[in-house]
Amino acid sequence: MGELRAKWKVNMYAWLLLLPSLIFLLLFTFYPVIQTFILSFHQADLGSPEPFFNGIDNYKQMVEDEVFWKVLTNNIWFAIGTVPTSVALALGMALFANKALRGKSFIRTAYFYPTVVPMIAVANIWLFIYTPEYGALSHVMEWFGKGDMNWLGDQKNVMWAMIFMVIWKEAGYFMIFYLAGLQNISQELYESASMEGASSWTVFRRITFPLLMPTTMFVSIIAFTNSFKLVDHLVIMTKGGPDNASNLLLYYIYETAFSFWDQGMASALTIVMVVLLLLVAAFQFFAMDKKIHYN
Amino acid sequence: MRKVVKSLFAVVMSMSLIIGCSSGNSSSTNNAAQGANSSGKTELSFYYPVAVGGPLTKIVDGMAEEFNKENPDITVKPVYTGSYQDTTTKVQAAVQGKTPPDVAVMLSTELHTMMDMDAILPLDDFIAKDGGSEYVNDFFPGFLANSQVGGKTYSIPFQRSTIVLYYNKDAFKEVGLDPEKPPTSWDELVSYAAKLKKDGRYGIEIPSSSFTYWMFQALALQNGKNLMSEDGKKVFLDTPENVEALQFWVDLSKKHQVMPEGVNEWATVPSDFLEGKTAMMFHTTGNLTNVKKSAKFDFGVAFLPAKRNYGSPTGGGNFYMFKGTDEKKQEAAWKFIRFMTEPKRAAQWSVDTGYVATRKSAYEEETMKQYVKDFPAAAVARDQLEYGHAELSTHNNGKVTKLLNDTLQSVITGQSEPAEALKKAQEEADKMLAPFNK
Repeated sequence: MGELRAKWKVNMYAWLLLLPSLIFLLLFTFYPVIQTFILSFHQADLGSPEPFFNGIDNYKQMVEDEVFWKVLTNNIWFAIGTVPTSVALALGMALFANKALRGKSFIRTAYFYPTVVPMIAVANIWLFIYTPEYGALSHVMEWFGKGDMNWLGDQKNVMWAMIFMVIWKEAGYFMIFYLAGLQNISQELYESASMEGASSWTVFRRITFPLLMPTTMFVSIIAFTNSFKLVDHLVIMTKGGPDNASNLLLYYIYETAFSFWDQGMASALTIVMVVLLLLVAAFQFFAMDKKIHYN
Repeated sequence: MRKVVKSLFAVVMSMSLIIGCSSGNSSSTNNAAQGANSSGKTELSFYYPVAVGGPLTKIVDGMAEEFNKENPDITVKPVYTGSYQDTTTKVQAAVQGKTPPDVAVMLSTELHTMMDMDAILPLDDFIAKDGGSEYVNDFFPGFLANSQVGGKTYSIPFQRSTIVLYYNKDAFKEVGLDPEKPPTSWDELVSYAAKLKKDGRYGIEIPSSSFTYWMFQALALQNGKNLMSEDGKKVFLDTPENVEALQFWVDLSKKHQVMPEGVNEWATVPSDFLEGKTAMMFHTTGNLTNVKKSAKFDFGVAFLPAKRNYGSPTGGGNFYMFKGTDEKKQEAAWKFIRFMTEPKRAAQWSVDTGYVATRKSAYEEETMKQYVKDFPAAAVARDQLEYGHAELSTHNNGKVTKLLNDTLQSVITGQSEPAEALKKAQEEADKMLAPFNK
């Protein structure tokens, strides 16, 4: 009897501690998700004064919507462009910043600073870097004898320009995680490797990289979700243009909700995005996790 | 046990704190909804955006303060609500939450959207009670066009702009053009631009991001008529005149090569002009003060060149009032709108910001006369208003505008041909407008 009471007490205690965050989670996460899910089956736009149930019409329309497919493809390219490169770059930078004997802290600060600058400021700076004629990039191109390029105003270039900027912005942030990961690898392993006469490539491939896998997984999940979450720069730089060439899913949702006032469609798009992110995160967690050594 | 009690106490405390906060909020909104607090004062909430550079929040807050002094029984609380887009979003959220602001400045083109949401009040009763149509008719028709539909007036012009041609007089002199004779026709525009072009300088730039439809509207108006019907239920995108206008825009860079290829960024076109990288530009009068301050060369402002006639759309923000606020507040809000648009204040506002003064009588004010005398460019925008027309505004405005922007950009970047692209856009726009034509 006493044991049961003690157990109940511990349980109650835990629940009470969880209560505040649980309330916020319910109020600001689960409730909106459920509402969004319900609204995605309704026609709720400017043409219909009262929202009404329309089954899967929103989803049907979405499949036929060229712009939806365009932003989805864009977003996939954006993810492919930014995730592996920024993660690899971050690893390289971390290895270098960890080794560099002189100016260690200077190098770390230099690598990290793009992260500290707000995305809106970054977008404003890069807007002028990419400006044709007098932009910084145009000057550099001139040294190489290349003509003027309109980076943001051309459908073929704009996505590359965005990807490059985001890699610059993100790599420093991921580097911090790698630096922490490197600190956790035991020096003994490196000592014994050097006694065996292993080459530095072998050391990296057999020791450093495998032991950094937990960090790599964490960082790549963050990088992937960021590639869907980061749209601030679009507001400043292109508004998704020219002709949706740089538009991404989240910005399209924003446009649908707050510029077209089509709440039903915006909800349907949101559900698609949430499901997509959940699937990828689940894959990374469950499939990749097996191949990772945790200490 | 003691520990448990302690932490329980902490949890309970934090919970009550949260509840306390939220109940505090609701009581204050209740107060606002009742319209008057204990001392019998009417409190007005006023949402406004800022869309151009300069210390505009200070100016607006100053005007509201002046109003409060003149009207001790009313207190206006100005709330700066970010960009136009943010302001619309916030107003929208407030309307859905049944606590609309008493008065707000939003884009004049929100008219049909706000009507479809059943959010705004027609202002005719207030106008009738307050001296009749004399007040309204004092506004320039080009500005008022975006306020009226079906014979009713829904908004009052406030911070308004239009497109003008900026040109570099020094560059004109350099190539032997008369700096007092800007181009007046499309043909002249092309030949002047060709003369002005040299290594590192283009002849002309027309921005094609953000407000692409606005620039296209100017070209369309110069070659015929506006892009939409007055009631905002129809658009006319694929007329032969519009195809010609779009072809002209494309030709400026593709054929005549006097404009940079691809999309020209809205925000960088003025700095191109200031840096001498383009000798002429189409841009909003909202940039007048900025260019005046920063130009290191002599510059001029002129009408946009004509094809069949002169023409430019207007733009900018108007005052709106909302349904679901109580009558006493509506009266006070109307008083505030009248105050803000008085000729002398409209004149001062124009001088301070570079916006075009919205009323004819504002130009009779001494401050305005002096300003125009010192800076004749300010009068150009007013004179062009004779050829000013409503900015593109339809039902389902967000969708239609985006469709047109995307279409124009796809043509400008060489992905499609004008005739074909505009035809496709017309078909899609018809679909978007179908629910409103039943």
